[in-house]
Amino acid sequence: MRRARGSAVLELSILFPSVLNGLTTGAVYALIALGLTLIYGVLHIINFAHGAALMVALYGVYFLHQRLGIDPYLALPIMVPAMFAFGYGLQRFVIGAASHGKDENILLVTLGLAVVLENLALFWFRSDTRTIDTPYTLSTVNILGALISTPKVVAFAGALVAAAVLLLVVGKTDLGRAIRAIAKERQGARLVGIDVDHVFAMSFGIGLACLGAAACFLLPAYYVNPNVGNGFVLIAFTIVVLGGMGSFAGALLGGFLIGVVESVGGLWLGESLGQIGIFLIFIAVLLFRPQGLFGARA
Amino acid sequence: MRGLLGIGAFGVAVAMLPLFVTSGYALNAIVMTLYAAALGQAWNILGGFGGQFSFGHAVFFGSGAYAMAVLQVKLGWNAWAALPAALAAGGAVGALVGALSFRYGLRGSYFALVTLAFAEVFRILANTFEFTGAGVGMIVPLKETVADLQPASRAGYLWLILALVLSGLLVSWWLKRSRYGAWLQAVRDDEESAAALGVNAFRVKLAAIIVSGGLMAAGGAFYVQYLHYIDPHIAYGPAVSVEALLGPIIGGMGTVWGPLLGAGALHLLGEATRGLMGDAPGINLVIYGIVLILMVTFLPSGIVGLLRRRLANA
Repeated sequence: MRRARGSAVLELSILFPSVLNGLTTGAVYALIALGLTLIYGVLHIINFAHGAALMVALYGVYFLHQRLGIDPYLALPIMVPAMFAFGYGLQRFVIGAASHGKDENILLVTLGLAVVLENLALFWFRSDTRTIDTPYTLSTVNILGALISTPKVVAFAGALVAAAVLLLVVGKTDLGRAIRAIAKERQGARLVGIDVDHVFAMSFGIGLACLGAAACFLLPAYYVNPNVGNGFVLIAFTIVVLGGMGSFAGALLGGFLIGVVESVGGLWLGESLGQIGIFLIFIAVLLFRPQGLFGARA
Repeated sequence: MRGLLGIGAFGVAVAMLPLFVTSGYALNAIVMTLYAAALGQAWNILGGFGGQFSFGHAVFFGSGAYAMAVLQVKLGWNAWAALPAALAAGGAVGALVGALSFRYGLRGSYFALVTLAFAEVFRILANTFEFTGAGVGMIVPLKETVADLQPASRAGYLWLILALVLSGLLVSWWLKRSRYGAWLQAVRDDEESAAALGVNAFRVKLAAIIVSGGLMAAGGAFYVQYLHYIDPHIAYGPAVSVEALLGPIIGGMGTVWGPLLGAGALHLLGEATRGLMGDAPGINLVIYGIVLILMVTFLPSGIVGLLRRRLANA
């Protein structure tokens, strides 16, 4: 018993930094998932191109830094509007046009978009994994004895701010009211004069704008290659399903939870097997509680 | 019966191709087209006839491929004995995924998501355990004897994969005219109404995913025998899942000849882009993705639908 307690104390000293690390990663996951859950909540489609769009944003941040020397954090005012415009255009001119009002079509079109974007990146940039070097890439912050890398702390704070801005937009503005109206009752919203196609495109744009912000926070401590989105897309789906499709609070909490599960799972099971916990949670939630932990919809 | 005659004529015609085509490049192109068609046919049973869109058919492909490789390399089985085991592995994984997701009523996007997640779980498992060669993958030794299911010539492989494509055609043809096929298509079109008429939707869908998984696993087994190598990314990665659904969607979902036509069209398109743009990585899939989007937008019933409309207007 005594020995067991000793090892528990030892484990706590590893566990605490691991949990903190998980929380910082989880904040960025949450930001990615917020975009996905907004798109789902409004358009009732699952955006399979979400990971590919994140990859596009990461390349954007990368080239702004490499070619123009713009710091990733200062790239925020460029990347967020750029990704918004990209998303608006995609929904308005590609996804909306292809859907014919059928959900299966949207499923296939967003999958097709993912394939196109990923392979265009492969064609232009080859499969090389690229990283950027900033003065703060390797620096760390000491939090109660745990050393956490500075970019991760910034990402944590930035993701929370971005999430707060998103909640304000959806909660307090006219656009937000229109978005919520459409999410609840599409026909009714159209009848009271809301331009549904425009709001769909706005929602998709905002969803991708979240990815623009996430990319700026991610890249200093991460890398980019044409397949980088794949790793995130299933994690983002897991968070969205876990938090309840369309629920913002759920996406935030789900993001932190998944970040910690991944980090602590990796500690016990190793880097490779650690990720399996996420997918098992995902499958279990889909099967047994598809409305999510916080969702009310049965 | 006309359908059967068509399938027979197709089989004889393709089987005789090696008499006229001698170039290794051309024969390989035919083999790879038939292989893509076989994967598409497997997907089409569940996705086309059954309306359950799987985005993770790699889970069946990879299980067949790994069963084939592990049984031969680690356990010393003969390839002919490993083949039915590989098919059974695909069917068993199909039963597992189907029993879970259909029991809990997953449909549409949710079903697509859960298949994707299953493929990912299997990829991580294969990437972790020594038993499957972990991240390094497995090499199946070159033997080049029919006794080891490795014909010495490309023609032999062509006949092997042709046999698989013919079984796919026969299953699809049977689905078009059997009572079971009618149930499956009724469940696709309106599950509640079908259930109201006494169709057990759960069992109908479960049977479809088992057959679909078994055929997909046969495709995986063929891959291992033809290319002698498998790793977690090839086996369970998203590329195979996408390849399996492209053909039927472009050719025509829920039709007998759709997957084959789609695979043929995609292969010709691939050759044409290679001729125009050189052998650049990714460019093929860029074109495939664009074709997928255009087909969904403008031709939701695929090439078969287009041909039917032309014939009806003529």
